[in-house]
Amino acid sequence: MSNHLKNLKLKIWRQDGPNTAGRFQDYVIDEISDEASFLEMLDVLNERLISDDELPVVFDHDCREGICGTCSLMINGQAHGPERRTATCQLHMRKFKSGDEIVIEPWRASAFPIIKDLMVDRSAFDRIIESGGFITAPTGGAPDANLIPIPKPVADAAMDSAECIGCGACVAACPNGAANLFTAAKINHLNVLPQGQAERYKRVEAMVETMDEYFGSCTNHGECQAACPKEISIDVIALMNKDYRKSKVKNRKELSRG
Amino acid sequence: MAQTITKRGPVSGTAVARVSRKRKPFLLDLYGTAVGKKYAMAISGIALIGFVVFHMIGNLKMYMGASDLNQYAHFLEKLLYPILPEKVMLWILRGGLIAMLLLHLHAAYTLTVLNRRARPVKYQSERDYQVASFASRSMRLTGIVVLLFVTWHLLDLTFGAGSINTYTGSKDAEGLKDVYGAVVFSLERVPVAIFYVLANIMLGTHLFHGVWSLFQSLGWNNPRFNKWRTSAATGISTLVVVGNVSFPIAVLAGIVG
Repeated sequence: MSNHLKNLKLKIWRQDGPNTAGRFQDYVIDEISDEASFLEMLDVLNERLISDDELPVVFDHDCREGICGTCSLMINGQAHGPERRTATCQLHMRKFKSGDEIVIEPWRASAFPIIKDLMVDRSAFDRIIESGGFITAPTGGAPDANLIPIPKPVADAAMDSAECIGCGACVAACPNGAANLFTAAKINHLNVLPQGQAERYKRVEAMVETMDEYFGSCTNHGECQAACPKEISIDVIALMNKDYRKSKVKNRKELSRG
Repeated sequence: MAQTITKRGPVSGTAVARVSRKRKPFLLDLYGTAVGKKYAMAISGIALIGFVVFHMIGNLKMYMGASDLNQYAHFLEKLLYPILPEKVMLWILRGGLIAMLLLHLHAAYTLTVLNRRARPVKYQSERDYQVASFASRSMRLTGIVVLLFVTWHLLDLTFGAGSINTYTGSKDAEGLKDVYGAVVFSLERVPVAIFYVLANIMLGTHLFHGVWSLFQSLGWNNPRFNKWRTSAATGISTLVVVGNVSFPIAVLAGIVG
């Protein structure tokens, strides 16, 4: 049995391009099923806008099942909206009430410039990954399963970090616009596994310093953890800080050898 | 509204690319990144917390009477005497504290600037913070209030500058500096006592986030002990606030004086 929400007032950030000034525009959704996802609600709005010969609202989306990290949106002042551990695409209209006002804004950070409306460029994350978020392994056939024994708790810890979908909610939610949670998750994911050991300290130094070129700094508010659709713990930030300190000593020693 | 990715250029460079220029000395290299600055923040913070805690414990001597407190002040001036002349060790310790304070301030200032730049265009709608506490969101405010308080406190009870505290510097019956009398003289003034109490509550708030935060910044994270980090923060800040706030209350209540 599905119910319908009536008379939703949307305030959506419209911005024509990267270098133009934006503004909030009001829209009304007369009726929508509470089983609709948030993005489906925007789809309905866009269909109406197109048939009225207006420009549709541009927003990022892809898999719509919470695993790709493409959707974003600051909904009523919260990254990915009011539901914990949920990306915008998995947020449903049943979390809202008839007559609610919903304010929708793009992620805001100097490293995430707005492309149009609600769509931002998150390629600064790619720069961080490029600098060290990988392992060097011989190509060829897939290795046998369990060729490298990994204790279960270690595999679990790596998986907890590997859950990060790189959506950027941590940066968006952080009062300082810091990307420490993203970077730490990506570092920790590889640094706890045996496969990641060879490049461990090179990785952490390179990734932290690349992050530093684009983002703000961590002041331990914990907002990122609360906004993360995968609820990645800020514990990974402490582990990153520890490895960064060690890397500063170890990498210098390595370089002095060569 | 510049909407292109802003980038600051390489910060350091033992791992990132090949940098032709000479590497900076280790500590400066570490201090070059935000993560390194947070280390500086945490380490200088520990030094300052250490001072605040011992300062509070030392002041408890005022409950033992004028002579005890004045003797203690005299003892601090004669640390390591006669190996070093009087007051020299005291000034070495003060020098360390001043250095730590300057480091703490510099790191705070540069990180604030960095953070402002990381989001030049603010959110245009109201943010709905989930977990950021009042303490964590007001570190700059509480820090500045504490700094102003410390300045005033030094002028009042350490130097007795001008008309702020005309009693500071007087001698007691044993010929020692009458610290006890100066404290009573200062805190008997009601506005001063109120300022003192408020500033210490601010200090407690600052310490609460600071103590918890330093564990994260220094990478001290252990699933077995993590739950103790908030306890440590609550414990230390409560200890300092309760101890310090008790002094003006005791003076006004006539227990001390």
